[in-house]
Amino acid sequence: MFLTFITFLPLIGALCLAFMPKENENAIKQTALAIALADFLLSLMLWTNFDDTTHKMQFGLNIPWIEAWGINYHIGMDGISLLLYVMTTFLTMICIIASWDVKKHIREYMMAMLALSTGMLGVFIALDLFMFYVFWEFQLVPMYIIVGVWGGPRRIYASIKFFLFTAVGSLLMLVAIIWIYFHIQQTTGVATADILYITEHLDVSLDASKWLWMAFFLAFAIKVPMFPFHTWLPDAHVEAPTAGSVILAGVLLKMGTYGFLRFNLPFFPQASYEFVPMVAWLSIIGIIYGALVAMVQEDLKKLVAYSSVSHLGFIMLGIFALNPYGIQGALIQNINHGISTSALFLLVGIVYDRRHTRLISEFGGLAKIMPKYTICFMIVALSSIGLPGMNGFVGEFLILLGIFQVNGLWAAFATSGVILAACYILWMFQRVMFLELKNPKNVNLKDMNTREMITIAPLIVLIFWIGLYPKPFMKTFDASVNHLVSRVNPDNFRPHQEKHNDSHGEHAQLMTQTEMASLNHKLQMPKKVLIKE
Amino acid sequence: MEPILAPESIDLIALAPVLVLSVFAMLVLVLDLWGGRNKTLLVFTSLVGLLMTAISAFAKHPIPAYSFNDSYVVDHLSLFFICIFTISSALAILLSVEYNEREGIRAGEYYALILFCTVGMILLASSTDMVMIFLGIEIVSICLYVLAGIRRNDHRSNEAALKYFLLGAFATGFLLYGMTMVYGSTGSTNLFKIAEFVQNPSAQSNPLLLMGLVLLIIGFGFKVASVPFHMWAPDVYQGAPTPVTAFMSVGPKAAAFAAFFRVFAETFPEMSPSWEMLLSIIAVLSMFVGNLGAIMQTNIKRMLAFSSISHAGYILMAVIAKSSLGSSSLLFYMLSYAFVTFGVFAIVIILGRKGEENLEIKNYSGLAYKHPVIALSMAIFLLSLAGLPPFAGFVAKFYIFSAAIQEGLLTLVIIAVLNSAISLYYYLKVIVFMYMKEQEAEFRISLTPMTLFVVLVGVIGTINLGIFPNAIITLASH
Repeated sequence: MFLTFITFLPLIGALCLAFMPKENENAIKQTALAIALADFLLSLMLWTNFDDTTHKMQFGLNIPWIEAWGINYHIGMDGISLLLYVMTTFLTMICIIASWDVKKHIREYMMAMLALSTGMLGVFIALDLFMFYVFWEFQLVPMYIIVGVWGGPRRIYASIKFFLFTAVGSLLMLVAIIWIYFHIQQTTGVATADILYITEHLDVSLDASKWLWMAFFLAFAIKVPMFPFHTWLPDAHVEAPTAGSVILAGVLLKMGTYGFLRFNLPFFPQASYEFVPMVAWLSIIGIIYGALVAMVQEDLKKLVAYSSVSHLGFIMLGIFALNPYGIQGALIQNINHGISTSALFLLVGIVYDRRHTRLISEFGGLAKIMPKYTICFMIVALSSIGLPGMNGFVGEFLILLGIFQVNGLWAAFATSGVILAACYILWMFQRVMFLELKNPKNVNLKDMNTREMITIAPLIVLIFWIGLYPKPFMKTFDASVNHLVSRVNPDNFRPHQEKHNDSHGEHAQLMTQTEMASLNHKLQMPKKVLIKE
Repeated sequence: MEPILAPESIDLIALAPVLVLSVFAMLVLVLDLWGGRNKTLLVFTSLVGLLMTAISAFAKHPIPAYSFNDSYVVDHLSLFFICIFTISSALAILLSVEYNEREGIRAGEYYALILFCTVGMILLASSTDMVMIFLGIEIVSICLYVLAGIRRNDHRSNEAALKYFLLGAFATGFLLYGMTMVYGSTGSTNLFKIAEFVQNPSAQSNPLLLMGLVLLIIGFGFKVASVPFHMWAPDVYQGAPTPVTAFMSVGPKAAAFAAFFRVFAETFPEMSPSWEMLLSIIAVLSMFVGNLGAIMQTNIKRMLAFSSISHAGYILMAVIAKSSLGSSSLLFYMLSYAFVTFGVFAIVIILGRKGEENLEIKNYSGLAYKHPVIALSMAIFLLSLAGLPPFAGFVAKFYIFSAAIQEGLLTLVIIAVLNSAISLYYYLKVIVFMYMKEQEAEFRISLTPMTLFVVLVGVIGTINLGIFPNAIITLASH
């Protein structure tokens, strides 16, 4: 019940805001903040009560919803969802503080923000496919409104593109969900859309599971976004208001990676294994392409947006390493990207508020007049590159470790992404912060004010905390990751090798001794040659 | 004198809803003589009549009950449909009250026509004989021809009526011709007897019967406005008075689908290989033409007309699925569609002005900040039409897609979901205008109580069916 309350608290808050008079803007903002803060603190209570020794779902609630179809209101939380859930409430709170100066329709803005929060929280705790889909689609609407109403000049185009891209992917997922529902009904006789039940009992042929995998993949890959489904992201990021970008990068993209961990891997372990090379190469293309495109951007926000494509490629690569290091790295990198990129968007928003432009060429020499800003930017930029001691390093290192075990070449390509990241971030930093203060419009820029510090400071604390002592974060998902890996471990699906050995063995039995002797002789030949050399 | 006994087959209790409603309709006609300009009495009488009809529909026990030589049935499907019809007719009447006053429609027979039309719909949904189906369709159509043209001084309304009448008469010809051929090849007009007859495989390949089926599809296809028999829909929907448009796109359409389902899914299921493909093509075409056509529209009524064509495509999937899940999904879809459609048209009426003006989509610019509640309701209806959770339209689509997937119609479902994505574009377009554009002109909207009541009913129905659909699903899936 507690989890339900936390999840729906923001929506209740949004409904309350609807009844407040429009003119009383301060009261509206304060109420929204109070709700978001309460929600965050309550979600921290979840964390303290969380038992990290088990992969089982916690804080669960399972009550009938649509009995006629066997669909339940089933929620729960495990290590994979806990941190994402807490990060969602946390970033919602940060976003509300960051949106304090929104001029237009503040009440509607806060309502959309809070409703969005409930939608996102619901996605992370839904344990029924039907319910998951409801939340998955539900959160689209407030995000669409936020981008479309409070966004930049091309906001309508960007918001519709965002909506349509996501909807096309998720509608095919809906078909897969219905198919699974009937399949489960046929094979086990139970009409249910329960995720845990399906994970246990789904038994489909490899061909069918590949199709289903593709349907889920499309929905999540668009959300992540993976190359080549990423084209909506730069548009949405550039046009969205600052807080919209923060939520988009911080939480919405994570819904995609979460989907892979919750559905693709556990439902179709073998299909996932078969698709590893495809995902890996797409991720690598994403990493390098994102980084290269980020390098040539003239708009700060677009640069950060493309860097997201690159970073999310890392996360995907970690997930599809299908080993503990990779998945742990992906999970922690989920959080890291949420923190670092959100902070970058907030920082870009700060100069945008002052100058109403985000073109890199408009700036230069800001370090002289905005020292506090420059320091914050420096820390965040370095964390985004993955400097040791900061959060990005932990995640990227684990991911590279994981992927290296699978394929050295992939790891090599991925590592080049880290180098490219250093290039585009530092080059951008140099052009914005250093050089001479040429542009006269920049001379009177004010440094960060207290409110802005409040939004950035907690993120910077987290950057160092995760970078220096990630254990409290890492241990929350240890059990869940181990359980997941035991399910998707590639060794489960290497029948070819075993079969090969077996057939070899059988063969050997059938061979006559002379043949065996000659074979042995042949096999030993090269060895001798080698030794001689 | 010997008492005159009715033959056993005449079962007046089973026929009760039709009788009650006919009596009330005639009462409305008579009362109109004394009412003068004040139509409150007529409205009240009509609503009471509809309520009594809905109650009397449950008089017959046990169901299913067949009467009139098996040409009329009271079963679960017809009962549910009678509920949909009475609800939609009542909402149409509520919508009309203030609209008629604004537009100067004083004809008292307006209400009587809606009631008579409902009588036809009930007959149509309850008939198990082709003659009865024909009678039902004719009663419905003739009432609609008049209703579409009831704004006599408006040339668009006249055009609508004339177009509808000419094409409708033509389609009726096809329908009748098809029925004749089916009768000629099976020797009966009774659906049960036909169903029995076509069990025989040799009868299934009779070209006369196949020809008859094709003609029946054309006839029904016209009545439900599916492509390529949809040409009349946009013009008629635009020209007809808005409450009539809402009424037409719910009640008569639902009734035609009921008959469609009875004839194809229940009478000729064995012959499905011969008609399934044809209906699938019609369904797919309806979705594409409806959705792509709607994107082009600037007039909201025309846009909704095209959207209703695409919905006919989705609903046809329930007929093609032909299972019990198909019939229950059809029921659920029609009910949720009723709430949403009346809600949308109620808002169109609220925004509209005298003389059917202010119906362009751009007239909705900035509505969200002037009248947030109206805009929010409209957004809910549009998102529900687009099939987004947590609204009724989503559950309805989920239901129909489920029925189709259960029957293995995977390709059809994939085409349908892609169409849902296309449809999002034009539904979102209205939301773009309401939320993301600046106000263009002063809103002079007519917030009249009855119309607002319909909006409220629509919102409650849409959300309730979307979040707590269990009760209705249980009822529909008996």
